[in-house]
Amino acid sequence: MTESLETISSGSPWRDAWKRLRRNNLAVVSLCFLAIMIVAVLIGPSILYWATGFTYDYTPADRELVRSMPPSLLHLMGTDDQGRDMLARVLQGGRISLMVGVISTIVSLIVGVSYGAIAGYFGGRIDNVMMRIVDVIYAIPYILIVIVLLSVFGGPSTPAWIKWLSTTIGGAGNQGLSQLFLLFFALGLVSWLTMARVVRGQILSLKNQEFVMAARATGVGTFGIIFRHLIPNALGPVIVYATLTVPSVMLTEAFLSFLGLGVQAPYASWGSLADIGIKNLAIFPWQLVFPGVTMALTLFSLNFLGDGIRDALDPQTRKF
Amino acid sequence: MLSFILRRLLIIIPMALVVVTLTWGLIRLAPGNFYTGEKKLPPAVESTIRKKYGLDEPWYKQYGMMMSNVVRGDFGDSLKYQGQTVNEIIWRHLPYSATIGILAYLLALGIGLLAGTYAAMKQNTVLDFGPMSFAMLGLSVPNFVLAPVLVIFFAFTVYLLPPARWGGPLSLILPVVTLAAIYAAYIARLTRAGMLEVLRSDYIRTARAKGLSDRTILFRHAFRGGILPVISFTGPALAALLAGTVVVEKVYALPGLGDIFIKAVLNRDEPLILGIVAFLSILVMVFNLIVDISYGYLDPRIRYE
Repeated sequence: MTESLETISSGSPWRDAWKRLRRNNLAVVSLCFLAIMIVAVLIGPSILYWATGFTYDYTPADRELVRSMPPSLLHLMGTDDQGRDMLARVLQGGRISLMVGVISTIVSLIVGVSYGAIAGYFGGRIDNVMMRIVDVIYAIPYILIVIVLLSVFGGPSTPAWIKWLSTTIGGAGNQGLSQLFLLFFALGLVSWLTMARVVRGQILSLKNQEFVMAARATGVGTFGIIFRHLIPNALGPVIVYATLTVPSVMLTEAFLSFLGLGVQAPYASWGSLADIGIKNLAIFPWQLVFPGVTMALTLFSLNFLGDGIRDALDPQTRKF
Repeated sequence: MLSFILRRLLIIIPMALVVVTLTWGLIRLAPGNFYTGEKKLPPAVESTIRKKYGLDEPWYKQYGMMMSNVVRGDFGDSLKYQGQTVNEIIWRHLPYSATIGILAYLLALGIGLLAGTYAAMKQNTVLDFGPMSFAMLGLSVPNFVLAPVLVIFFAFTVYLLPPARWGGPLSLILPVVTLAAIYAAYIARLTRAGMLEVLRSDYIRTARAKGLSDRTILFRHAFRGGILPVISFTGPALAALLAGTVVVEKVYALPGLGDIFIKAVLNRDEPLILGIVAFLSILVMVFNLIVDISYGYLDPRIRYE
């Protein structure tokens, strides 16, 4: 019995896809790079603090002397214009940039998948109205939506659960951090639109298949059909799209930080570090090079991984 | 066909009005006002301003006033640029954004189509991975990093091109290249995917079986179907480019629409925001319509109801 089960599962589409992904060298390298990056930003700052005493906001007392120092053995990535260690700031920035990518993508997944699935499943007039709403939101520049969300829910009117989240995950419950979490959700709330379209398209083609009819015949409710039967079957394109959403959200955050709307000091993201680096590019190039290259490499691997997953999940690219 | 186009054209106006309404609602949702700044205004001044702009009226009256003007295409005066109408501001800044945007898109189309088709024909060889890795690099380097690097190199190291500002064709090169990079990368990827799909299809096999040359198959048969994804990307992309791209305009100090829009949002310049949003949404919808029509010409299997 167990043996036959194993034979079946070894031929499952997911395992096949994983096999194909492993044969894709670029995707494997990207996956390894991302894993190293995640470990680095998670434990890197603590190790660095233990080894050298530098943190992302540690400014030495004699900061006039250590401002904008080129890379050296003590400061592997040099120092910034405040005399802070760039390595510590790049690691901390990576933590925030990756968190922006992941949390915003989760938000956009939750909203986009349920919205698209409901529209696709019910079809007809409901679908029409829901998709026209998506069209209209598409036409409103996302910058406007983000700014309004940040200003409506910012400051004293921050929802309690965002404050709770930021204290739980971030430790100290200060204003800057809950502002940051607000940014995560604001970005998530503007990036679910394409996800909704992708899911709707999938559901439309799935909902008339036999397994749905079978589920309905055995008395599964609407909610159960959508969330237990339809969505799991539409997961392939959703995963692909989600891996591609992470880099695009990270770029959006970097762009907002570039405009001065994103992460606020003393926190840093790769975007806000690059923003400072650009201003000093001609004189202190390392201030742009290190955060810029780290960010580009991470986005590069995320994009390659997303591509690899798409190729792996698409049975048409299967080699015979 | 004609009735399809007419129906789609007619629906653009109400959709644009819905977009304007939502934008207006969003602006009003945010706390504060365009006159709230660092310093608090004296109450007398504040009440005069509120009276002048009708801010003490109930919201539905304000909305009605705004809407009746917008329907006539009149967005009124900008709140920040005193004495200039919104329409004037848009038409003054549009040419800059449009020139750079269209040039950048043409450049991106040229590079992207070429690289994508080439990569698809040589699938899974060095000639596929090379251009595609390069395209991925284009997608992964934020343009606010690319732009200053280009400026430092071409303007301050080899002294070939002017670093910023509008003036002469030479000054267009850097902004156009910066802007084109990301679109070229995107188009190359879309083209490759589209061409791969088409090259596998039955009608290409038929064409090959007929003994047609590779070149004829590629240009007369495969290309039309293969670039469909690029065409559908063109609609929103071109609209976004025409409306200006903030980063490039900021870095190269160009007087385009994107920068004006961000300033308007930050200043809460309501009429100007509404004007640009309405303009942009109409642009997007018109381009999407053109895209849908061109689909029918490129792929004869697509029919309009």
